[in-house]
Amino acid sequence: MEIREISRRFKEVLAVDRVSFEVRSGEIFGLLGPNGAGKTTTIRILVTLLPPDSGQANVFGLDVVRQTMAVRRLIGYVPQQLSADGSLTGWENVMLFARLYDLPRRDRKHAVSEALALMGLADAQDRLVATYSGGMVRRLELAQALINRPRLLVLDEPTIGLDPIARGEVWERVQSLRQEAGTTILLTTHYMEEADQLCDRLALMHRGRIRAVGTPVELKAALGPLTTLEDVFRHHAGERLEEEGGSFKDVRAVRRTARRLG
Amino acid sequence: MYGQYAGPRAAWVDRGRAPAWWRVLGSRIVTFCWVEVAKIRHDRTELYTRAIQPALWLVIFGETFSSIRVIPTGGRPYLDFMAPGVIAQSALFVAIFYGIQIIWERDAGILTKLLATPTPTSALVAGKAFGASVRSLVQAAVVVVLAALLGVRMPLNPLVYVIAALFIVLGAAFFSTLSLTIAGIVLNRDRLMGIGQAITMPLFFGSNALYPIGVMPGWLQVLSTVNPLRYEIDALRGLLIGTPSNLSLDFVVLAVACLAGIATSSRLLRRLSQ
Repeated sequence: MEIREISRRFKEVLAVDRVSFEVRSGEIFGLLGPNGAGKTTTIRILVTLLPPDSGQANVFGLDVVRQTMAVRRLIGYVPQQLSADGSLTGWENVMLFARLYDLPRRDRKHAVSEALALMGLADAQDRLVATYSGGMVRRLELAQALINRPRLLVLDEPTIGLDPIARGEVWERVQSLRQEAGTTILLTTHYMEEADQLCDRLALMHRGRIRAVGTPVELKAALGPLTTLEDVFRHHAGERLEEEGGSFKDVRAVRRTARRLG
Repeated sequence: MYGQYAGPRAAWVDRGRAPAWWRVLGSRIVTFCWVEVAKIRHDRTELYTRAIQPALWLVIFGETFSSIRVIPTGGRPYLDFMAPGVIAQSALFVAIFYGIQIIWERDAGILTKLLATPTPTSALVAGKAFGASVRSLVQAAVVVVLAALLGVRMPLNPLVYVIAALFIVLGAAFFSTLSLTIAGIVLNRDRLMGIGQAITMPLFFGSNALYPIGVMPGWLQVLSTVNPLRYEIDALRGLLIGTPSNLSLDFVVLAVACLAGIATSSRLLRRLSQ
């Protein structure tokens, strides 16, 4: 997956400014940056939800603007918000996506059960999702995103609002997927720890631009011993990472997610 | 356990060609109807609460106007005359607020995920519209039973109900796309509620639901020719009560309205998701 010089403007705000990076097959690549850095916009361009104003993006050689449907069939996407449908059961939520990805009828039931079992939700599959915990909803969404056996899995802030235990569980599943199935994973995060522990390579993003790219070890080593990712970020962006950033809309979305988690 | 996601990929994963557009369209309509059925199965409260209003129309308004006999009904009891109007109205109410669900799905992030699946926007809108009509259809069935209990004489031939269902589905699909269109313009739930409230009454009173078109003032008669509800009621009344009606015209108007609604709202759906 490769993107070159993409930009996207919303009215006066240049949300994404000539961003370029590539994700290698089979790696976990992280986009690290504070709220409002342009991570979600970049992701939305990649998953074909938003056309870029300029620049080019390819997923496995397919152009995201011109070959929209083909790109969509190759990727699995989990947006930032907890977006499983609470008025359906877990099984129905995954079945909905099996249908939307045109799985043949004879394979659907098996694929749905398999994806649910993989995410440890087999026992809860017949309950309404409204009764799920935040961590369970996130795992259900991973199951939804895996139903078409994606070659690229795109996760936007996969652990936002989750407690440490649920976060650890999500990390574990993401890592197993990469190791055992070889799925390429692109995720965004504003958690240092997540970037440090989960990602093979990182791009630091700030105010719509990529400031640095490398493995967590490389990025830290470049600034000398005992450096943290926080220091790296401050060095490249001139600001702290976990400051209150982002637009009203971002903050509202985060709060809404938090509220749904109780 | 994760192995099957890596090993030889199932044939459907890497198949070269995407399904034909009409297959995708058909599949999405079936899918969203399936979703609505599942939701109704899980929670029937709305079905019951929404039956209250049509029941009041039939019982209070219908019974009262039956006794004063001021509306020309072609010799049928007034309750019989208005029953198809109330059936269409209850289906309309369900459909016209369907946009609220879409806005809710937008706020919850569900819409984003649906839009990222290999589903063209028009197929998504058509799926959603016909999904909404499932809900309308169930609601209409409740009112049909209610009307029968109140003594409205309706035919026993099941074919009549199949055709009536077709008209209810078309009408509901159109009004839900109208709702989606408004949702795509106003982008928020409160404003959609307000506009929904504001247009249901003119649609209802500007139709033949409670009185024949002939008794309306001239200007309203002209306006009612562009009101799809009029054609839905004309068809239902012809089918269920046996009054003279023009089924083929009714069908054409509703089908064209549906297509126009799907075309317009799919253009606006992207706006809603951004």
